[in-house]
Amino acid sequence: MADPAPAPRIRMETRGLTVDYGNGRGVRDVSLRFEDRRVSALIGPSGCGKTTYLRALNRMHDLTRNVTVTGAALLDGEDIYAPGIDPVNVRRRIGMVFQKPTPFPTMSIFDNVVAGLKLVGVRDRDRLAAVAERSLRQAALWDEVADRLRSPAARLSGGQQQRLSIARALAVEPDVLLMDEPTSSLDPAATRRIEELVGELKEQVTIIIVTHNMQQAARISDVTTFFLDGEVVESGPTDLMFTNPTDERTEQYVMGRFG
Amino acid sequence: MTGQRISGGPVRGSGANLRRRYLRDRVMLGLVVLASLAVLVPLLIVVWYVVSQGLSALDWDFFTQDLGSPTRAVTGRPTGLAQAIAGTLVVDLTALLVAVPVGIGAGMMLAEYKEHRLNPLLRVLNDTMNGMPAILKGLLIFTLVVRPSGTFSGFAGSLALAIVMLPIIARATEGALTLVPWSIREAGLALGLPRWRVILAAVLPVARPGLVTGVLIAFARAAGEAAPLLLTSLGSNFLPRDPWNPLEYLTKAADTLPQRLYSLAVSPYEQWHAMGWAAGIVLLLLVVVVFLVGRLLTRRDH
Repeated sequence: MADPAPAPRIRMETRGLTVDYGNGRGVRDVSLRFEDRRVSALIGPSGCGKTTYLRALNRMHDLTRNVTVTGAALLDGEDIYAPGIDPVNVRRRIGMVFQKPTPFPTMSIFDNVVAGLKLVGVRDRDRLAAVAERSLRQAALWDEVADRLRSPAARLSGGQQQRLSIARALAVEPDVLLMDEPTSSLDPAATRRIEELVGELKEQVTIIIVTHNMQQAARISDVTTFFLDGEVVESGPTDLMFTNPTDERTEQYVMGRFG
Repeated sequence: MTGQRISGGPVRGSGANLRRRYLRDRVMLGLVVLASLAVLVPLLIVVWYVVSQGLSALDWDFFTQDLGSPTRAVTGRPTGLAQAIAGTLVVDLTALLVAVPVGIGAGMMLAEYKEHRLNPLLRVLNDTMNGMPAILKGLLIFTLVVRPSGTFSGFAGSLALAIVMLPIIARATEGALTLVPWSIREAGLALGLPRWRVILAAVLPVARPGLVTGVLIAFARAAGEAAPLLLTSLGSNFLPRDPWNPLEYLTKAADTLPQRLYSLAVSPYEQWHAMGWAAGIVLLLLVVVVFLVGRLLTRRDH
């Protein structure tokens, strides 16, 4: 008999994470673990707190007033909310892709992709060019834009812009990539490309993805977590969550009975 | 849309109700047109009057000779406002150099660092400064710069004009930055960029057309101010010894068009009155040219 598989490495983990907006909404006491080289999907009805939770994972709430985050969020065992931790460094290692494509509208395609490097002082042209090509290839956009890297990013289609946003996030080589409904504003073809991309990327980066689309979660994720009213109802391997969930509410939700 | 109508009703309304709504629409449009004319007509009258009164004094000498003593104009010897035109360019552009970085910086504080302790204080002070009479700004610089330095100077005038420009630029910057979608900032922060980097590299360029407009409005406003200059750059009838050296204007009393326009207008010489109108034409042209250049600069993006 073969040796048992080594225990998967925990890349990120939250312990009792609570995000309080001061109005009763937010998320309460969420403890989850995210394994390396896995795609984790966060699902749940609108307003259940999944996006709020996701944004807490790279301290995006820092600039919003009247939001308090308590509990711990560990990246490789280190609490990103510990005193003395610079959120800028946290976000260098934990990238994010948003619901709507967010290219920097005044920059060229090239400058968008390497923005995370160029704007912190990387000047080496060869290196920037190499990073741009690598990232655009990873995001499956290279073939479409290779001949017009200097043209404005704003001229790309919505699906291309979203892949550009992904390329830009990958260019700084994050350990974790947070994706907040990355396909919700895209057509089915563009959605498929992004889903394929997620499958390829998980070899290099831990992916946590919020999605409204149950089929999407089933297609692309290894682990699924179901949020409801700011709390985690159930979390487990995706195939189990969709075929044989423990909690009745999970079953109802994945069957499409509410939400 | 030019598709088929679903209901069989007439295209042209015949009901009394519809006719009344149609009429009301026309009345509203009429009022809006009337308001537009009320804005345009005084402007056209001013332009026509200034041009018709001053055109006769606009000759080659006007741009190449300095003013000198009134006897020059009275006896028909060559005279002009070269010293005021040159002085205006130097003093106004220096004011712009001072006001643009400071004003944009203050605008960034107002728009981007709302949680900062200085923010509410700056907002109140900025609005107060905007409402402060221009002559007081001149008096302030007179006290802070002219008195200690012992001389009126073009630079003191520039500082006074910069104070006129500052609150306008700061407010315009704030407005332009506030219009930039929040998502752009989040996208930058999510890349692990420091906040100031995100603002300078990703947010500010998007706001550029609004910034340029704000700077132009501030410039036009300051270029027409005489009051802050009376106590600071004072005025001069003569070109400096080296008329091509900007420092000559900045370090000594310097002439500027609005302040010169005022002193020509209150002088007892008819020839000088005509030159005053001509100074008005040049001032108008300056503002128009600056606006056109600014518009061209911002249009290139699109």
